[in-house]
Amino acid sequence: MMLSMEGVHAHYGHIHALRGIDVAVQVGEIVTLIGANGAGKSTLMMSLFGSPKASAGRIVFDGEDITRLGTHEIARRGIALVPEGRRIFARMTVLENLQMGAVHADPANYDADIARVYAMFPILQEREAQRAGTLSGGEQQMLAIGRALMSRPKLLLLDEPSLGLAPIYIRRIFQIVRELNRDHGMTILLVEQNANQALRVAHRGYVLQHGEITLAGSGAELLASPEVRAAYLEGGHG
Amino acid sequence: MSAVVFAHHQLTPTERLRDAGWIAFVALILGIPLIGLTTVDVGGRLAVDTRFGLLAMAVVAAFGGRLVLRWAVDHLKGRKLARQRAAAGNAGGRAQQVVNVLGWLALGASVALPIVFSDNRYVVDTATTVLIYVMLGWGLNVVVGLAGLLDLGYVAFYAVGAYSYALLSTQYGWSFWEALPVSGALAAGFGILLGYPILRLRGDYLAIVTLGFGEIIRVILVNWTEFSGGPNGISSIPRPSFFGLEFTRRPAEGSDSFASFFGLEFSAMHRLIFLYYLILVLALLTHVFVSRLRKLPVGRAWEALREDEIACKAMGMNTTNIKLSAFAIGAMLGGFAGVFFAARQGFISPESFTFTESAIILAIVVLGGMGSQMGVVLAATLLVLIPEFGRNFAEYRMLLFGMAMVLIMVWRPGGLLAHREPTLRLSADGKAARGGA
Ligand SMILES: Nc1ncnc2c1ncn2[C@@H]1O[C@H](COP(=O)(O)OP(=O)(O)OP(=O)(O)O)[C@@H](O)[C@H]1O
Ligand SMILES: [Mg+2]
Repeated sequence: MMLSMEGVHAHYGHIHALRGIDVAVQVGEIVTLIGANGAGKSTLMMSLFGSPKASAGRIVFDGEDITRLGTHEIARRGIALVPEGRRIFARMTVLENLQMGAVHADPANYDADIARVYAMFPILQEREAQRAGTLSGGEQQMLAIGRALMSRPKLLLLDEPSLGLAPIYIRRIFQIVRELNRDHGMTILLVEQNANQALRVAHRGYVLQHGEITLAGSGAELLASPEVRAAYLEGGHG
Repeated sequence: MSAVVFAHHQLTPTERLRDAGWIAFVALILGIPLIGLTTVDVGGRLAVDTRFGLLAMAVVAAFGGRLVLRWAVDHLKGRKLARQRAAAGNAGGRAQQVVNVLGWLALGASVALPIVFSDNRYVVDTATTVLIYVMLGWGLNVVVGLAGLLDLGYVAFYAVGAYSYALLSTQYGWSFWEALPVSGALAAGFGILLGYPILRLRGDYLAIVTLGFGEIIRVILVNWTEFSGGPNGISSIPRPSFFGLEFTRRPAEGSDSFASFFGLEFSAMHRLIFLYYLILVLALLTHVFVSRLRKLPVGRAWEALREDEIACKAMGMNTTNIKLSAFAIGAMLGGFAGVFFAARQGFISPESFTFTESAIILAIVVLGGMGSQMGVVLAATLLVLIPEFGRNFAEYRMLLFGMAMVLIMVWRPGGLLAHREPTLRLSADGKAARGGA
């Protein structure tokens, strides 16, 4: 078991954003989380990261209880997050952004890791001296993913990586997710609005509604489920 | 009025004429009642008179004015666009070269200045003031420019440094060089003290709390009379010596003064010039120190923090330590400047550490272009010299000062030198020379 959340609750002030979440991710899996806007998907990911801290329940990563750890300590345990909205360091160069991703990684791996990221996203190498804020949206998303990979995470969290991208970039992003998992054995937790494609790449999925998991199953099962079809696929996201 | 052209493409002359024509037409319509017709008093009764000549002139003026204005606006916009394209194209390599050359020139000029003006007290004094502000600007630049933490109470650390030296030297007989590191450490301690409670704050809230902190320090200094001398301040603060040689006309029995040791005739200028070189060295050390830090992981972390705190945490960075280190180092540099200030003045009082000082230092950082070291030098020079030149305008000098600031911000919204130098350079084969990430 790579990650498990057991009965996790989280609050923003008096807003009860997560209401008893049970989620498990096995080593080598792609697990996707789908749900409407405001369902609590981003909150779930951030609470894994201790921000907001779980107000009840338990989060276990790689055999260790991380519920009470600080955000940066959790990151150093081997979880990397590609946050919603990319959050690259806009005024720093592309290369500097990638280096920031490696600040707590073993320097001995640096050259190999940067080569791997460049091989995956050649455009980043072309633009390495450019200010990251001047990249296109899709390039910025690739940078955010590349930066997360620089820390050699055991678990990669992707929060809506396809948000606001053109179809060609979206396909590329999903292709990368699949490659990372298949070729590099990366365990991935993926939040997506793009339910159709997300469920196709994922081994398993969860449906989140108002801070609760309402459905769980394999990607194929969820794709076939009438509730999911009605709420997330035929509504125009497909 | 849809014919008035708002398009952004390059206008043809016909379009320009039509555009101006419409404006003139509007001016004519509005002008008939406003200018063309006027009431006159004819034998106690009001009568309407016409002034079509004047109206015609007004319409022509509107026509011409619109043509010129349009052209000027387009011209400026075009130049700005061209500049932006150029800047985006190469990451500012040229700009950086210019700045570097400028830096070396400035350094040469500042080394030569007291030699050229060796008998001009006013110039050396003013230049010393400029350098104090440069140093303060560089210190605050760490906090505001690099780490992106808006600090409106920076003067507090300046005060801590100044009072530390004043008290250590007058009460305990410490020399300048002994007190300098201790005072810097004390100021850094205060930086951490301020940093702790406000770790969670950002932006406007942070600014308000730091503002309050600056005031608290000043109020304590004013009111704790036994400790700080209250509003009267502390006087007879010893001046720094030149490796043990005092700058006095008559050295104490059995010792040398600077002038007698070097066989020079005593001159009050010696001390001023020495003080000038002292702050120059301190400022240069500050510059080297900060530039180094910027290239180390901690400096990168500051910049990353300025860009996005959540992303920093997600990278495993301890944002608490990053913020505290920025506050501590910024405060320490402010403290050093304070020590020098106290030693130079020989007298300090809370009046030297008002909010206005914080505002000026912040203005130097912002006008200089947030994070740009050379920008701080330019801005500090401008902000010290403008009020000096403005002395002829007596009470209007602050007005002049404010106007200059507004003009700079309109002309260069990103600051005088807004360009950010990457912390690593790519070598010819495209491989990056790695910093210590
Ligand atoms: N920082 C915050 N402070 C207060 N409330 C918040 C905060 N962040 C999220 N919320 C609330 O928590 C709930 C869940 O938000 P969350 O961002 O997790 O939704 P989401 O599923 O990621 O939605 P989307 O698909 O739009 O990204 C929402 O009702 C939101 O308003
Ligand atoms: Mg979200």
